[in-house]
Amino acid sequence: MAVTTTATDAATARTARPAPRHGRGPLVHWVAVHSLGVAAALFFVLPFVFLFLTSLMDDRQALTRDLWPHTWQWGNYAEVWHTPGFLTWWRNTLLYAGVGTLLTVVSSVPVAYALAKFRFRGRRLSLLLVIAMMMLPPQVVVIPMYLFWAKQLDLSGTLWPLIIPMAFGDAFSIFLLRQFLLTIPDEYLDAARVDGCGELRTLLRVVLPMARPGIAAVALFQFFYAWNDYFGPQIYASDNPAAWTLSYGLESFKGAHHTNWNLTMAATVLVMAPVIVLFFLAQKAFVEGVTLTGVKG
Amino acid sequence: MAAPHTAQAKRRRSALRTAAFMSPWLIGFALFFAYPLLSTVYFSFTKYDGFRPPVFNGLHNWTYLFTDYPLFWPAMRNTLWLVVVMVGCRVVFGLGTGLLITKIKTAPGLFRTLFYLPYLAPPVAATLAFVFLLNPGTGPAGVLLEGVGLHSPGWFTDADWSKPALTVLAVWGVGDLMVIFMAALLDVPKEQYEAAELDGAGAWSRFRHITLPNISPIILFAVVTGVIQAMQYYTQPLVAGKVAAGVIGGSGQQFEPGYPDKSTLTLPQVVYNLGFQRFDYGTACAVALVLFALSMAFTALLMRRRGGLIGSGD
Repeated sequence: MAVTTTATDAATARTARPAPRHGRGPLVHWVAVHSLGVAAALFFVLPFVFLFLTSLMDDRQALTRDLWPHTWQWGNYAEVWHTPGFLTWWRNTLLYAGVGTLLTVVSSVPVAYALAKFRFRGRRLSLLLVIAMMMLPPQVVVIPMYLFWAKQLDLSGTLWPLIIPMAFGDAFSIFLLRQFLLTIPDEYLDAARVDGCGELRTLLRVVLPMARPGIAAVALFQFFYAWNDYFGPQIYASDNPAAWTLSYGLESFKGAHHTNWNLTMAATVLVMAPVIVLFFLAQKAFVEGVTLTGVKG
Repeated sequence: MAAPHTAQAKRRRSALRTAAFMSPWLIGFALFFAYPLLSTVYFSFTKYDGFRPPVFNGLHNWTYLFTDYPLFWPAMRNTLWLVVVMVGCRVVFGLGTGLLITKIKTAPGLFRTLFYLPYLAPPVAATLAFVFLLNPGTGPAGVLLEGVGLHSPGWFTDADWSKPALTVLAVWGVGDLMVIFMAALLDVPKEQYEAAELDGAGAWSRFRHITLPNISPIILFAVVTGVIQAMQYYTQPLVAGKVAAGVIGGSGQQFEPGYPDKSTLTLPQVVYNLGFQRFDYGTACAVALVLFALSMAFTALLMRRRGGLIGSGD
């Protein structure tokens, strides 16, 4: 993500160059490119617009072909919010995404640091295994994992089988952090070591502050992963609605309100909105993080 | 005598330190990868329902899977379809929008954000939204299509159109590929374009002879990761099938995946169906191993053709 930000900044800078001279003239070229851009933008944005408009219709209008609400039913959102269970799903999702993200970052940073900066036998093999784990579909090991959590530890009906493993490093986060830590010059670490810092102090005092954009990116990805996860809650929590997350509960909300597209769409907006808001907030943090490290370096 | 001794102590200290830093992952690897993977291999040769202890039954699960189990081959065929059409469309649209973004000069940041936003939509929410948008009869997409004189198909309710509908959904969320392609396109040396322009090369010729060769590693990356994602495709086809079929409730114990007519079935859904609906853990583990072998084969391909994935420092 951090890499993306620099790339997109470069995009802005470079698109400022003048239009190519040859062809049917710069104006025609500008109009053609931007019409195409607007058409593509409509394709990407219209689903959100229809979703939002439908969420504000009354029950009956949502079942018709009308696209624009006759009356604006803002109360739909209050109704969804007060649906039994909806607040519990929110709480569970925040628990899964929040605690899970925290555990992932704390457990993945030292591993990524060792893989990026220590020289030891088996490092390359470890890295290959991290990549293999990263590409492993969760379904491959789900049967033994389910038996382990449900039959041996009796934790089915909760989200703990999804949260606890995050205390043991997440392959994708380790990989991404390792790539980020590679970009930190060894001179900084050597300087800290010369000053008498042990590896742990070097990691905490020198590496962590410099790795903040990378950590922010990993935290964001992990938060989104937990927020979006459907398979995990389906396996471990499907029997216990009190443990459902938003992504899992949303589908059953549709089942229970199968003629109320307006309410379903309002619930859908409520599940999408936090992710999009978080992206806008964090996007700024990334840009700041990248420029900060740039200034200091 | 003293020198080698301290060198040895130093080496041991450094090994301990490495082990300490690596320990979270070492435990995680053993507990959540090595152990369950070996168990999966073992279970695939047993008759096991999770209640009675597993009983060795040789290749029975495997022959059952390949010959009698009705959902395996449809899932494989659907996966092949998704690999060819969905991955193809996503790569073409990702490259197209990436190219477009590099040409847009007015408000490029706004366009970029708008193009990227759908990628962030949570899969369940996005799928629900698209089942509604493409709902035959009343869906806004149908209203728009008929407004310009086109006939709107049954999308998620029609076995011939359910995978195209999923493809539309996947192309909508093409923002990840767009960003990757955009970065790659900006890395193409500008001098090459200028030289070609002086030689009088047209836009297509420049794209064909300069852009494509320069970004071909990224195209390969997008295709291979796309294939891996297609094999693991789970949430969208399952939710689309359930919602379009009008299944009530979230427990999912009774829903036979793949609605309509097995057209949205994928391998992970088969694992779920065998393991958690039919309680045939043995055969479920056999499918899981097929999924594992396919994923790892394409991962190996990715790493072989693109040493950059591991990068410098090795």
